[in-house]
Amino acid sequence: MKDFLQILIVGIGDGSVYAMLGLGLVVIFRSTGVLNFAQGEIAMFSTFVVWTIHDLGVPMWLAVIGGMAGGFIIGAIIHEVAVRPVGDPHQKPLAVVIVTIGLFLGVNGAAQLIWGTVDRRFDPLFGSGSVNVAGVPIAWQKIGAMVVLGAIAFLFFVVFQKTKLGLAMRAVASNSESAGLVGIPVPRLLMLGWGFAAAVGTVAGVFTTSVLGGLGPNLMQLTLIFGFAAITLGGFDSLVGAIVGGLIVGVLTSTLPRYVEQFEKMPLAPAFILILLVLLIRPQGLFGKKDVTRV
Amino acid sequence: MAGDEATSGTEQKGGPASAAPLLEVDGLRAGYGIVEVLFGIDLRVDHNETVVVLGANGAGKTTTLRAVSGMIASTGSVRFEGASVSGKRPDQLLKLGIAHVPQGRGTIGALTVEENLRIGAYNRKDADVAADIDRWYEQFPRLGERKGQLAGSMSGGEQQMLAIARALMSRPKLLLLDEPSMGLAPLVTQEVFDQLRQITENSATSVLLVEQNANLALEFASRAYVLEAGQIVASGAAADLQGDPAIQKAYLGL
Repeated sequence: MKDFLQILIVGIGDGSVYAMLGLGLVVIFRSTGVLNFAQGEIAMFSTFVVWTIHDLGVPMWLAVIGGMAGGFIIGAIIHEVAVRPVGDPHQKPLAVVIVTIGLFLGVNGAAQLIWGTVDRRFDPLFGSGSVNVAGVPIAWQKIGAMVVLGAIAFLFFVVFQKTKLGLAMRAVASNSESAGLVGIPVPRLLMLGWGFAAAVGTVAGVFTTSVLGGLGPNLMQLTLIFGFAAITLGGFDSLVGAIVGGLIVGVLTSTLPRYVEQFEKMPLAPAFILILLVLLIRPQGLFGKKDVTRV
Repeated sequence: MAGDEATSGTEQKGGPASAAPLLEVDGLRAGYGIVEVLFGIDLRVDHNETVVVLGANGAGKTTTLRAVSGMIASTGSVRFEGASVSGKRPDQLLKLGIAHVPQGRGTIGALTVEENLRIGAYNRKDADVAADIDRWYEQFPRLGERKGQLAGSMSGGEQQMLAIARALMSRPKLLLLDEPSMGLAPLVTQEVFDQLRQITENSATSVLLVEQNANLALEFASRAYVLEAGQIVASGAAADLQGDPAIQKAYLGL
């Protein structure tokens, strides 16, 4: 029982990281209708920015904030330079998807050029200690991931539901043409969306680094698959879905190998099976909207 | 801000037409890709005037509005209050005072009725936004009853009224209306036009309307243009066109 509790909490902690990555994916999907395959690589890149700042002697917390700011700028620049010139993603979704796949390779290559392929060591954000809760040792890392996810979720809620900026972003996501007609500078809001997504991705990258123990150019490639599984389960266009989906995927991937030995050697298998099952049974996901076309 | 005087001042009504027209379009050409739709359109909307462009399906009515509001590229000259606005984006034109209710209404389905109205005031910084929302609830009581409902779940007529109210939230000087009758039952269409008449009578907002429903449109507008295959083939006072046998035959089913 204690073992199970511990694994469950590890799962929720890991799931919090998938949820963070998923939130970034959903923000971009809602505003452009396109899945950003480069989300994980952009997160990896800005995690390297965190590492670089930290390496200069700056405290970890400040380095993370600096990395988030860096991620925001990188995301915004990528939108302006690589995504926006391709054209309206609602009219040419495939072209934009291909661009994000190209970005996946390009950002990865850029990181290898700048930082090399040797793994960098990274101080865990919340230290490497753990705390005993009812006899169950829980790593501060996992608690930290949950708390940070909670904070990010709250921030997203406030921004999207309570501010004019959030209202405008939701308007762009729902109907970008009409958003332009009511005076919203649509390209600028899309740029902000890419910036937000990359900033949240930075945090996901930092936590993934402490789970894997090192930072390299392939940091986020597994996490991205789990992030995809999370938003497939939760619904591509639902922020709540990304959080719930992320947590469920985290728990599944940490508990399943205990009961089904085969999964131990195939950590990705539960994620792929989940994606397949959701697409077969409930393609819109738990919280996603079914596509309704009104004429 | 732009348009502040639009709803407040009715003193312009019937005022001197000495200044430049509100909207002046000369030799407007536009299309989609290699397909040309408009072959040099000239039209004019004066201050405090309602103008209709009549035309059949495919004549270029929607394209005309889309070119004027900067949704598609065009050549020729579009001047607003005497200044050229060619090449500007819709959000930039809105700041100058041109609001566009697009074909198919263009309500933002994932936002509530109230959020749609609030987003309509996106560019306004004044303190009267809430009061304006109440004013439109008063004009369109059914929107007030449904303020918390998602716009996408409302009927066609309600969405049309919401789209008009949302456009007016920006306090425009010129309202572009693309076939408000489309897809609506005759009674609902009548209601929409009744509301429009009340709104234009009580404000200084000018309207450029494109319509197929010639009967209603000619009663609503003071001046009219007839668009055929991308060219203006007739124009004049709405009352004159109503009595023109050729127009009656082609558009009024008489």
